[in-house]
Amino acid sequence: MMWIAAIAALALAAPYAVYPIFLMKALCFGLFAVAFNLLLGYTGLLSFGHAAFFGFAAYVTGHAMKEWGVTPELGILAGVAVAAAMGLVFGLLAIRRLGIYFAMVTLALAQMVYFYCLQAPFTHGEDGIQAIPRGKLFGVLPLDDMYVLYYVVLAIFAIGVWIVWRAVHSPFGQVLHAIRENEPRAVSLGYKTERFKLAAFVLSASLAGLAGATKTLVFQLASLTDVNWHTSGEVVLMTLLGGMGTVLGPVAGAFVITTIENYLADIGAWVTIIQGIIFVLVVTLFRRGIIGEALAFVERRRRQ
Amino acid sequence: MVTFFGVPIQALMGQLLLGLINGASYAVLSLGLALIFGLLNIINFAHGAQYMMGAFVAWMLLTYAGINYWLALLVAPLVVGLFGVLIERLLLHRLYKLDHLYGLLLTFGLALIMEGLFRQAYGISGQSYDPPQMLQGGVNLGFMFLPLYRGWVVVVALAVCLAVWAGIEKTRLGALLRAATENPALVRAFGVNVPLLITGTYGFGAALAAFAGVLAAPLYSINPLMGSNIIIIVFAVVVIGGMGSILGSVLTGFGLGLVEGLTKVFYPEASSTVIFVIMAIVLLIKPAGLFGRAN
Repeated sequence: MMWIAAIAALALAAPYAVYPIFLMKALCFGLFAVAFNLLLGYTGLLSFGHAAFFGFAAYVTGHAMKEWGVTPELGILAGVAVAAAMGLVFGLLAIRRLGIYFAMVTLALAQMVYFYCLQAPFTHGEDGIQAIPRGKLFGVLPLDDMYVLYYVVLAIFAIGVWIVWRAVHSPFGQVLHAIRENEPRAVSLGYKTERFKLAAFVLSASLAGLAGATKTLVFQLASLTDVNWHTSGEVVLMTLLGGMGTVLGPVAGAFVITTIENYLADIGAWVTIIQGIIFVLVVTLFRRGIIGEALAFVERRRRQ
Repeated sequence: MVTFFGVPIQALMGQLLLGLINGASYAVLSLGLALIFGLLNIINFAHGAQYMMGAFVAWMLLTYAGINYWLALLVAPLVVGLFGVLIERLLLHRLYKLDHLYGLLLTFGLALIMEGLFRQAYGISGQSYDPPQMLQGGVNLGFMFLPLYRGWVVVVALAVCLAVWAGIEKTRLGALLRAATENPALVRAFGVNVPLLITGTYGFGAALAAFAGVLAAPLYSINPLMGSNIIIIVFAVVVIGGMGSILGSVLTGFGLGLVEGLTKVFYPEASSTVIFVIMAIVLLIKPAGLFGRAN
């Protein structure tokens, strides 16, 4: 409990020391990665198309707030609802195939969403939806104030992570765990594993949508980058790097990757190259990720 | 003018030919993917990057060394194939005991590195590559005008696909390959060097991708992103066809190219998404794929 309090204190004080926009970006991607990890880390399903939920929710929220003038909470709700519905459709299709095919199917479906966004008029193609007004949350909290916005984003992040934490540490989460370890066994115990996988998929997609919708509030922009397969790859990388066996590992991964992007954004394709190198290093050398390796280290020390 | 459902026959044939050419790329690429998957149980995400490298190596050979198309058609696959052998020996072989997903993730990382390096070196504007002298121009077939190079691509891709099929179904090496796909431990017990077979297969798959890249070089602009653009479509093709049969993946590749071409004629808005829609429908009706076996 000590360390949770420490992290909370750090998160509350952080915007006075670090550029808030950067922190909010990292928090959005952190939530995105936590949501993604519900599938990869806790159910053993590798989705290579999560950018579709993240990016499309960003578009829906942006469109609702800019064109229809709705309040931020309704905009976010719209984004999450659409992401959930997409998650249901994608999930129904993707869970018909296992393992490696699951990854290919989700990637292909996400690419379909990308092409749709490229052509659909409401996304404004290459320009994206720009200058989205942030408005007032519940009609009172002015989100144009950087600090108010930061604490709202932090609250959304905390709620999202709490939902995943509750899901993982519940009987539902135990069944997901069983599916990851040995699906035939879970079936033989009488669980309808397809339903559990679908529920996990929809939950993960909704929270990825929440992250995307929140990102729209922060940057006042929804663009093709968010639905691109590169973003799907990025969230996989964040999760792997941070450690997919833990709830908070992906957040650490998101902070590291966002930091790298922040510093290297100006020098062309190097971000892609470095991301690729990190992928190769993590997969070949430390598959437990940063947090996983750290926990293993602490465990070893304790035993001595 | 002769029309077909209100579409001039010339335009229809032109789009069908384009579709057939795309289909040729899909077929050769999904063939390589299926070969690698069969033996290594890895989905080679770097397949697109290897395709892109094939095109770039051909362009580099011509630009820096003056080596022409015909030699590049041999040399570029060789270079990329050797590069594949290196990757398999240094990196991939560490992962065989782990979950198959790690192979996908590793090759995804490799694809990012290759794409990034070429983007860093050549930007994303794209390079052009002229078809060889002998294949420039075209012939009038009466119902359509056939650019010679396009005809050549379709014929040669088809020939390569058939040769690979014959090699796997009719030769001793192919028989070993099939046996090792079914049961590697048993084949190894008979004294066959299975790790060597695996390395060779990965190298060959990479070389096939590069070959498709060289074929494509004079057709499209050579650009670092060409690989990732096509590989995602090829994944959908593989899901539709299922990776169980060689001829099945070839047939699916060409067929889907044609469908894409037809969509461009009759409903152009959907031409970039039609393959994904077909994938969704196939998943609903026959989840194992058209030519796939259920697990």
